[in-house]
Amino acid sequence: MSNILEFKNLKKQYGKFNALNDITISLPAGKIIGLLGPNGSGKTTLIKLVSGLLIPTAGEILIDGLNPGTDSKKVISYLPEKNYLNDYMKVSQLIDFFVDFYSDFDKTAALDMLSRLDIDPERKLKTLSKGTKEKVQLIMVMSRKAKLYLLDEPIGGVDPAARDYILDTIISNYNNEATILISTHLIADIESVLDEFIFLKNGEVIMQSSVDDVREQQGKSVDALFREAFKC
Amino acid sequence: MSWELTADRPIYLQLIDHIKMNIISGEFAPGSKILSVRELASRACVNPNTMQRALSELEKLGLLYTQRTNGRFITENLDVIENARESFAKNHTKKFSDRMSQLGLSKAQIINLVEEFSEEDLQ
Repeated sequence: MSNILEFKNLKKQYGKFNALNDITISLPAGKIIGLLGPNGSGKTTLIKLVSGLLIPTAGEILIDGLNPGTDSKKVISYLPEKNYLNDYMKVSQLIDFFVDFYSDFDKTAALDMLSRLDIDPERKLKTLSKGTKEKVQLIMVMSRKAKLYLLDEPIGGVDPAARDYILDTIISNYNNEATILISTHLIADIESVLDEFIFLKNGEVIMQSSVDDVREQQGKSVDALFREAFKC
Repeated sequence: MSWELTADRPIYLQLIDHIKMNIISGEFAPGSKILSVRELASRACVNPNTMQRALSELEKLGLLYTQRTNGRFITENLDVIENARESFAKNHTKKFSDRMSQLGLSKAQIINLVEEFSEEDLQ
């Protein structure tokens, strides 16, 4: 199977601080992959490097065979950890905005997901609650037909019911050719949705495996393993 | 509603057991069509690839079969289902009796206990 993402000796420093240190891994296409690690382990840095928002200090990134740039951005749909939407817009305006920007945006799918969540497209974003805004943002990102979805903490700020909805949105919109990279520290909630995972610790990859392999070999969940690996 | 999954076993094995149970209990009737991988994955709140793996295993066991363009169906072969019921029951009985032995119960005590319970249920 081909790799959607490859890192070769990837390194990122902020001043003297090593955020990511000599990372060499490959991620196969067609899987849902968890990017797991405690706060400050380098998850967001890695995602920003892939999305092209940060430039590596050293090493190489290949996205579907391409270096980060205009062409790689066409195949990536990125959900940042922060809310970046314009508050003055209506949801429907936001959809048109995305249609203009991305040729792979599926408007029908977006409207369908909004109606399933009872979100009125005529509402202005600033009138929506924080959790609802996050859902809208995820709907925008998942409505693109991208090859690689980068979801930075998609379930961080929402209630458990919304969390289930978000995971369901991810499962039902995912096609087998696409890859989804989800960063989170809430492992127990998303474990059953993942094929594989990567553990980051202090900017290094300390483990890459499949969820069921861990369960088969160690008789415990990835969540339990994580708690052991990062015990204070 | 997601299916109940525990932390100590591979997810695909738990999915296999869950679907097996549905077939054995008749909730999924012999010969009937089952939902698509994606719909099942969504119901169980699991990864579609994991669900696919579980369904492939169930096909190998003969409990499911695929019709090329039509989708996946529950087997019509009642013997296969009966066999699955038997092995499922044996497995659970073994687990149960192991557990009871750990508690220090003798064989006779275990049998007594089971009889008591099934009588209660009958009433």
